[in-house]
Amino acid sequence: MYKINLQNKTYQFASLKEVMAKANEQKSGDVLAGLAAASSHERIAAKMILADITLETLYNNPLIPYEKDEVTRLIVDSIDRAAYQTIKGMTVGELRDFILSVPVEKIESIKAGLTAEMISAVTKLMSNMDLVYAASKLVSTAYCNTIIGKPGTLAARLQPNHPTDDVEGVMLSVMEGMSYGVGDAVIGLNPVNDSIDNVRRILEAFHDFYTKWEIPTQNCVLAHITTQLEALKKGAPMDLMFQSLAGSEISNRAFGIDVALLDEAYSFMKEHKNSKGPNFMYFETGQGSELSSEGHHDVDQLTMEARCYGLAKRYNPYLVNTVVGFIGPEYLYDGAQVIRAGLEDHFMGKLTGLSMGVDVCYTNHMKADQNDLENLAVLLASANCNYYMGVPGGDDVMLMYQSTSYHDVATLREITGKTPISEFNKRMEELGILKNGKLTEQAGNYKLFL
Amino acid sequence: MDISVITPARIHIGRSGPRMTTKELLKFRQDHAIAMDAVWSHVNEEAVEQLGFKIINTLIKDKEEYIRRSDLGRKFSEETLEDIKNTCINHPTVQIIAVDGLSSPAIDANLKDIYGILIDGFKHKGISIGTPLFVRYGRVATMDAISEVLGAEITILLVGERPGLATGESMSAYMAYQSSTDKPESQRTVVSNIHNAGLYPVEAGAQIIHITEIMLNEKKSGVELKI
Repeated sequence: MYKINLQNKTYQFASLKEVMAKANEQKSGDVLAGLAAASSHERIAAKMILADITLETLYNNPLIPYEKDEVTRLIVDSIDRAAYQTIKGMTVGELRDFILSVPVEKIESIKAGLTAEMISAVTKLMSNMDLVYAASKLVSTAYCNTIIGKPGTLAARLQPNHPTDDVEGVMLSVMEGMSYGVGDAVIGLNPVNDSIDNVRRILEAFHDFYTKWEIPTQNCVLAHITTQLEALKKGAPMDLMFQSLAGSEISNRAFGIDVALLDEAYSFMKEHKNSKGPNFMYFETGQGSELSSEGHHDVDQLTMEARCYGLAKRYNPYLVNTVVGFIGPEYLYDGAQVIRAGLEDHFMGKLTGLSMGVDVCYTNHMKADQNDLENLAVLLASANCNYYMGVPGGDDVMLMYQSTSYHDVATLREITGKTPISEFNKRMEELGILKNGKLTEQAGNYKLFL
Repeated sequence: MDISVITPARIHIGRSGPRMTTKELLKFRQDHAIAMDAVWSHVNEEAVEQLGFKIINTLIKDKEEYIRRSDLGRKFSEETLEDIKNTCINHPTVQIIAVDGLSSPAIDANLKDIYGILIDGFKHKGISIGTPLFVRYGRVATMDAISEVLGAEITILLVGERPGLATGESMSAYMAYQSSTDKPESQRTVVSNIHNAGLYPVEAGAQIIHITEIMLNEKKSGVELKI
């Protein structure tokens, strides 16, 4: 169906799906799925073909058929028809040139006409610096108890995980994180114990803490959405409701969710949330999850990730982050692949119009280390990533992986001259922890909160 | 107050400007080196056999392939499946499986303690258990294939979790009612962080027995089962 001759070698691609997959940068997950280009040359051949494909072709051929999958239907049905009409004749290559050249208002005017396939297609043609530059132009703010995403700010989730959810232990990590100015995006725990009482207990502890210290922020416990719903019914004070998302109906089912359940949870949260603003959902994603649960329909992991963002958009979330290096070497083999994926995901999320952050991370069974993580963190700061994770010493003692530390968050702010979310920053200055976004002498000690 | 008793998290570690101190940085790097080594090691199979486990292998040939090929670590050959069917108790109420997973040290450190609690506890409750199996180069999903070939009611899989820096010895127990290759991942109930600085193996064993009783009663598991 698609054919190209490059340096006297002819390449044939049987479908749009195949072109899209082979146009990806090297990813171990695409290799595992049997979808990757067989050589660097074939990769370039696929990119060249993709560059000449129109957005209309992508629109008319969603990689998972409309009839087969509710995520496809949801994305296609929500497209702004007027915006789409103005761009449908553009090729993917022209879209890249457009995004890189025009003033940001022009990009804003066409964003709502883009499907996940179009977003992932243009990403495939972009270099790492293209992704940093293009993302840096796109501003996505959201309002829960505070406003995230304003230019000049760099926020962080305070992730105080503990191997047994011991409240005292969790709160020590919270106090330490706050003393570094971390926690303006959210104070969010991944619980070991997914029980209603545990979720409620932790939400109350976070709520009580930030109320006592008059710190403007939001709380969250990242249990399964059904458990959070039950806790909410029992009156737990909840600012943000969380769920992991995948890019296909099958893979969402593997997470125990579907659109109907998300809609129900969203409606209920809207009525019973403890927070002020119109944005009260928190989602996490990551390349490779669909292949992992065999729900990828032979579609490459980058396109599947873009579809997660299309799904997330339905719920106007306050926070969306990829957990880029968490899934493992079967999907992203080493530091270079994680860095590439982190930049891709952040750009795609911003182009979808989401308040996008990144959990910059790696696990101990892949060929990556803290230096790779720090490289990605610095690149994303230039890309104006909305938020990072903050984990004590970079070492998550419950999830057993490494992410950015309280120290890293403070460092990124100092390097870039950015400050936390303004309402939170004001309080940090009052508490004597930050001055102009930088740590004061006494910052970095949990005892400030004893 | 010795905070390391309350949490193993790296707090109260000071700073050099906005960065970690040299002492803490080097400690971090040392722990990372230990964790990476744990991934690449193998279980003491003699000890596992002494506990009465039958050892079987997935389609994986070596550790490097195991890390890269998550698909093959879930599957068995036809011969292996036949062998399981012919040599193990069929239709057990509870099928116990141990798997090296991503941390052999976790199995070496915890299997004996937790298995002891499980067999005593189930015996006491009159719940019969099948032939215990140890899967070399195994992934969590092996519990589905084993459950199907043996017709198990409840399957409990004990696996070495991917090691973190604080410990390379953490184990998870994945449990399912009529575990099946047709069902999604959300069919599984998990008890995680089982180790001597987390959930003690003895306590975990008690929790697992309790959850098993609930599963036998309600005939479901995973996201559908609210505990």
